[in-house]
Amino acid sequence: MSAVSVTANGTGAVDAQAAAGEESAGFDIEHAEATEDFETTGTPFVDNPKMSARNVNVYYGEKHAIMNVSLDIGQNEVIAMIGPSGCGKSTFLRTLNRMNDIIPICRVEGNITLDEEDIYTSGQDTVLLRARVGMVFQKPNPFPKSIYENVAYGARIHGLAQSKAEMDEIVENSLRRASLFDEVKDNLDKPGTGLSGGQQQRLCIARAIAVSPEVILMDEPCSALDPIATARIEELIDELKEKFTIAIVTHSMQQAARVSQRTAYFHLGRLIEVGETKDVFTMPRHQLTENYITGRFG
Amino acid sequence: MPTTTLVLVLATLAVAGFYLGRNRSLALASGAGGPQSLHSLPKHYGYMAAAWVALPALLLLLLWTGLESSLLNEMVLAQLPASVRQMGADELSLYFNQLLSYAHGAIDASGLDETQLAAAQYYTEAASRLAVLKTALVFLVGLGGGALALRKIAPAFRARNHVEGIITATLFACSFLAVLTTLGIVLSVLFQAVQFFQIIPLSDFLFGLEWSPQMAIRADQVGASGSFGFIPLLLGTLLISAVAMVIAVPVGLLSAIYLSEYASRRFRAVTKPVLEILAGVPTVVYGFFAALTVAPFIRDVGESIGLTVASESALAAGTVMGIMIIPFVMSLSDDIINAVPDSLREASLGMGATMNETIRKVLLPAALPGIVGGILLAVSRAIGETMIVVMAAGLSAKLTANPLEAVTTITVQIVTLLVGDQEFDSPKTLAAFALGLVLFFVTLLLNVVALYVVRRYREQYD
Repeated sequence: MSAVSVTANGTGAVDAQAAAGEESAGFDIEHAEATEDFETTGTPFVDNPKMSARNVNVYYGEKHAIMNVSLDIGQNEVIAMIGPSGCGKSTFLRTLNRMNDIIPICRVEGNITLDEEDIYTSGQDTVLLRARVGMVFQKPNPFPKSIYENVAYGARIHGLAQSKAEMDEIVENSLRRASLFDEVKDNLDKPGTGLSGGQQQRLCIARAIAVSPEVILMDEPCSALDPIATARIEELIDELKEKFTIAIVTHSMQQAARVSQRTAYFHLGRLIEVGETKDVFTMPRHQLTENYITGRFG
Repeated sequence: MPTTTLVLVLATLAVAGFYLGRNRSLALASGAGGPQSLHSLPKHYGYMAAAWVALPALLLLLLWTGLESSLLNEMVLAQLPASVRQMGADELSLYFNQLLSYAHGAIDASGLDETQLAAAQYYTEAASRLAVLKTALVFLVGLGGGALALRKIAPAFRARNHVEGIITATLFACSFLAVLTTLGIVLSVLFQAVQFFQIIPLSDFLFGLEWSPQMAIRADQVGASGSFGFIPLLLGTLLISAVAMVIAVPVGLLSAIYLSEYASRRFRAVTKPVLEILAGVPTVVYGFFAALTVAPFIRDVGESIGLTVASESALAAGTVMGIMIIPFVMSLSDDIINAVPDSLREASLGMGATMNETIRKVLLPAALPGIVGGILLAVSRAIGETMIVVMAAGLSAKLTANPLEAVTTITVQIVTLLVGDQEFDSPKTLAAFALGLVLFFVTLLLNVVALYVVRRYREQYD
């Protein structure tokens, strides 16, 4: 299988679409416009969901980017979202903490709940929501501030520390949990942008967990990193799931297989198949999933 | 032949050179196995020939035109009798100018002596001989250059690289010209300023607290010697610039933040051009506005609350100047805020920060060096601004920090010193150049600092 060849660029997506059109005989996903005639294969729902999405549709202007997606994210699980470029997995991830609100032309329909409370009601405070549902981005994006200030940023905004000592504790704990503390403990006043790519990404993870979120969303957190840095982040994800619920979007199927308990496969805005990670990778039930994980796309 | 005709003929020759060069390369190629055997495309050989026709000839023409008149003068001077050449410098200059004017047909022969008439005659003849020589030489160089280029054409000759070299040289020459122009301006100001400083000591100028440049024509007149302390002018300039910045920086910066971070696309599409119209209003129109609307308004308001306000106040001039600079500050800040990567916005918003917190704690700190650089550029514009202050700030060189009084600026004084007929050996007139030099250095310094700051900032995200 050639998972590595599933590229992150646009051509990969075009190829994937073409391949899907040819190979999924009997199921014409491109033309299945009406939402009722498609149902996600597998087990999208769990018993004790931390977050759950029901019938979510996302539009960018005229473009229908996410079609009728329903999915649960279980307590303290790592769920991986995979699929070819442009399939909507990142868009879906961003609906979970309303990061799509920043984009003026973006419109979200459907229900998404966090601990059974709807996060899309008009009374929902996005500031509090994002404190509970943190995010780590594709490219490490530390602020051009010191390492200390980077981690302290969220805690300051939300007033989590009453004293310098408390803030020091939050910063140290977060850095420790992101397994970065030992590398930077003598340089906390150095700029965060001076770290290596992998260290920067762990700094961003430390920054995200400093506000004690309940859910962490990771949007391809390793795509800009080398294999060694990637391995460290993956170890970290495994440790973090003790305390947090994690949803991770990834292009690497090995990564999905290594870090996640459940895997969701997206294709052209639809959630095709969800299941236990080992089931999805060893015996995919949907033709499109099988095509993707056996490397017939791209 | 007049210079324009000469240039036109050269252009025609260059076009001819292009076709000759191209055809010659094709002809050579057909003997050696078709166009593929040429190193470069046929048009490159054409360009090369055209460049060799035009460029050296144009260069010669340029040099010649620049040197012709002084050469002529030297020739005429050299053949004047020794008795004339021993006259004093002023007298000789007058004598010489008379004969030149006669030679150009500006005055008639009455009042000129025999020697002048003869010299004028000689001048006219020499001029026409030189003109013929010029035309001949320019053509010779043009044709010679073209012939050389045509001879050089061979299938193995790398015309493409050669043309590239010619273009690089031309580009270099153009940028060098800009440098030379700057140097020329600085030198012309510098020479007059040095003359000024020979009469008025530099320390009096730099540290003097009084500015009253009236010089007497006769020694026994009242106020026979002016005082040339430029501190009141500098303070006036800084006062008005400060008022301008107090208006322009907050309004410009905050509107830039609103437009780049909050405004809807439609609002932005309407507002930005409207604000940019402000930048297109001629400064003289701002001047009317300042003198006829803002200054009386400020005076009336001031008087109604019991303040004494001059009808031409620093506040009025500074306010209008500030309005003028708003679009400048705004568009610079807008560019710089937009240059902050979106990933930082997302990072902050993703932490649960509000837009406002994101702007204050992430965007502005990241953009600050660039914004400071932009503001310094705006200050140097304010300091150099002339028309508004001429019309609205007044002429009295008061040493004051009160914006309600009339002050004067460096630029206003330069204008008043040089307007009208002036003698160029009086310190009063020369003072304008000294002021110009100071102004030049102040704005240069500000620009250098600003560019340094802006550049430091740029490196941050690369």
